[in-house]
Amino acid sequence: MLGRLTLDAIPYDNPIVMGAVLFMVVCALAVVGGISHFRLWRPLWSEWLTSVDHKNIGIMYIVLAIVMLVRGFSDAIMMRAQQALASDGGAGYLPPQHFDQVFTAHGVIMIFFMAMPFVIGLMNLVVPLQIGARDVAFPYLNSMSLWLTTAGAVLVNLSLAVGNFARTGWLAYPPLSELHFSPDVGVDYYIWSLQISGVGTLLAAVNMITTILRLRAPGMTMMRVPIFTWTSLCSSMLIVAAFPILTATLAMLSLDRYLGMHFFTNAAGGNPMMYVNLIWAWGHPEVYILILPCFGIYSEVIATFSGKPLFGYTSMVYASVCITVLSFIVWLHHFFTMGSGADVNAFFGITTMIIAVPTGVKIFNWLFTMYRGRVRFTTPVLWTIGFMVTFTIGGMTGVLLAVPPADFVLHNSLFLVAHFHNAIIGGVVFGCMAGFNYWFPKATGFRLDERLGKISFWCWLVGFYLAFMPLYLLGLMGMTRRLDRVDNPVWHIYLVVAMVGAGIIFCGILAQLAQIFVSVRDRVALKDATGDPWNGRTLEWAVASPPPFYNFAETPVVRARDAFWQMKRLGIAHRELPAYHQIHMPRNTGAGFIVGGFAAVLGFALVWHIWWLAIGAFAGAIVTAIAHSFNENRDYHVPSELVALTEARYLQKRLQEA
Amino acid sequence: MEGPGSFAAAAPGGAASGGAASHASVRTYVTGFVLSIILTGVPFGLVMSGALAAAIAIPVAIGLGIAQMIVHLVYFLHMNRESSRTWNMAALVFAVIIVSILVVGSLWIMAHMDANMMPGMMPAE
Repeated sequence: MLGRLTLDAIPYDNPIVMGAVLFMVVCALAVVGGISHFRLWRPLWSEWLTSVDHKNIGIMYIVLAIVMLVRGFSDAIMMRAQQALASDGGAGYLPPQHFDQVFTAHGVIMIFFMAMPFVIGLMNLVVPLQIGARDVAFPYLNSMSLWLTTAGAVLVNLSLAVGNFARTGWLAYPPLSELHFSPDVGVDYYIWSLQISGVGTLLAAVNMITTILRLRAPGMTMMRVPIFTWTSLCSSMLIVAAFPILTATLAMLSLDRYLGMHFFTNAAGGNPMMYVNLIWAWGHPEVYILILPCFGIYSEVIATFSGKPLFGYTSMVYASVCITVLSFIVWLHHFFTMGSGADVNAFFGITTMIIAVPTGVKIFNWLFTMYRGRVRFTTPVLWTIGFMVTFTIGGMTGVLLAVPPADFVLHNSLFLVAHFHNAIIGGVVFGCMAGFNYWFPKATGFRLDERLGKISFWCWLVGFYLAFMPLYLLGLMGMTRRLDRVDNPVWHIYLVVAMVGAGIIFCGILAQLAQIFVSVRDRVALKDATGDPWNGRTLEWAVASPPPFYNFAETPVVRARDAFWQMKRLGIAHRELPAYHQIHMPRNTGAGFIVGGFAAVLGFALVWHIWWLAIGAFAGAIVTAIAHSFNENRDYHVPSELVALTEARYLQKRLQEA
Repeated sequence: MEGPGSFAAAAPGGAASGGAASHASVRTYVTGFVLSIILTGVPFGLVMSGALAAAIAIPVAIGLGIAQMIVHLVYFLHMNRESSRTWNMAALVFAVIIVSILVVGSLWIMAHMDANMMPGMMPAE
């Protein structure tokens, strides 16, 4: 009846896990209690969970990312504490089985459920506004993408309380991830959470590409598209090209595990090396999927706060497109040591060095944008400058690792761990934080507290260097990654310093959360009535903050690259229009949320082999989608009077402010 | 308004539905579906029945697989000579480049792995 699921699946005997579960339950109860107390269930359902508005969906993606950042960071600090405690003869507090789950969950959560939702959330929030559109091309699909991603995140968190998570590392290499070596549910949780959220990601990318190619305001030629939208387009194209590889590879792994096939086993003609090859053919583009939109964020931030047009816009576009294609011909550098030989390794080593060139072009473009600008050192600019220094170091160690002979020494060492955290924290996390601080007033109508923002930045920056520079040294000394204990007193002090660094990053996260809390509390003082708090250049700043649900009362006409900047210079921004027209808008629908719910149940049922439930949930998802396709009452018109009233109110507030 | 099946109908602004894209009928979808079934069933049958030697069956299966990709492009994604818009073409070229990189690259890598890593083939020195 319940497949493999019994009461033994709940790890009562593990106090750390039970503590974490208790904490999650308390948090969930507090949220549920708060919503009930303030009678927010109805608005939560009708304005958020069923929303097809790209701005609300973007905000919900970012909320998911911040929650999962906290979860993933708890894993990180547990690992740092364990290694610091267990490197000087001690045993630490985590048994190996548990430590292996922690590093796997950390990687999976940070990439798939922190970085991806953060980046896609910012894309959702900003791209339609930047191109002068009312929403994305397929609003209902957008809602479904969000809830499928959330379903995957729910499965990962559920694995903590019911069963366990994979102990294989974040890419679940076979043969370790095959049934023979991982017979329990951990790898199955891994597979289904990634498969379900992967579908959501793929659909989100299809949506984004269609939106950017088809819904641009009149006059916005491709070479006038804001750079964040350009990089979002490149990133979405990478998703569409790369995620099917991940889906197919994990599907083959699940066929091995569920139906006794032998794609990647050691026996019966299977080849685990093919899995490594395929997973990295997705995995390398994946890092560019994450970093490209962040490059776009830095470009927007640095141009706005330098008060200058972006230096080398054209080269920025071409560099992004080059990276998009080049990111597909470097994947073997992740497994130089697997034994392809000198010819293959040399080819991929050289392509890896080449891909650093367009990235270097971008760094110079940002520097020249700042040159002779009047740079305002706001929080987003601090994150951007912190990125330029940190990411350059990460890039240089990357080029070092691209030399195959050097990689043979450093492969699988902490040097590698330091390198990719250097690139991902210094590139993606800093970028998301810059974007978060930069666009927060646009999303909510009030700015974030600057002081706490700067405290958060300095904690993150200092904490990062303290946490990861020692790992470079440990890697050079020969310490491999993923060790739950080491008996080498010489390494102990480095691991302690790294733990202190992680502690400082923790202060940065606390400052970030405090920043959100304080800003919400002081929202009246921090109010942005103008809609353009930073003296922006692109169209998202041409509307009120937060933008009205229809975004633009009238579709703007674009005549220059920095469209809003030009409007301001010509004095045609924020004009009252002579007449307003009715606006065609999509209706909210709960279908996406319901499909996401069925998908979470489907994943859970597949993990535990509860076949009747799996069939039911799958049928439920399909029937919901089909039923929704017969719903013809999916759009409506906003009366012109309402538009006129909303716009008049905004313009009046602007005048009061000025 | 287009049919209820079209998400683009819900897109505000309505600019998403270009006039040039030929909207498919039930007939083209059914044709594509039947062709796909045949192109899947034939190689499956060939392999399972063992009617052809492996040396012939594998290239035949690959060929029919490529044919099926073209069927999908024409009948489901409506790529035809009329819809020669720049973006359609660019998307196709991008897809062909990426798929070729992946297939050729994987074959190249795995062939080298095979030569270097198989037991009994290790170089003596």
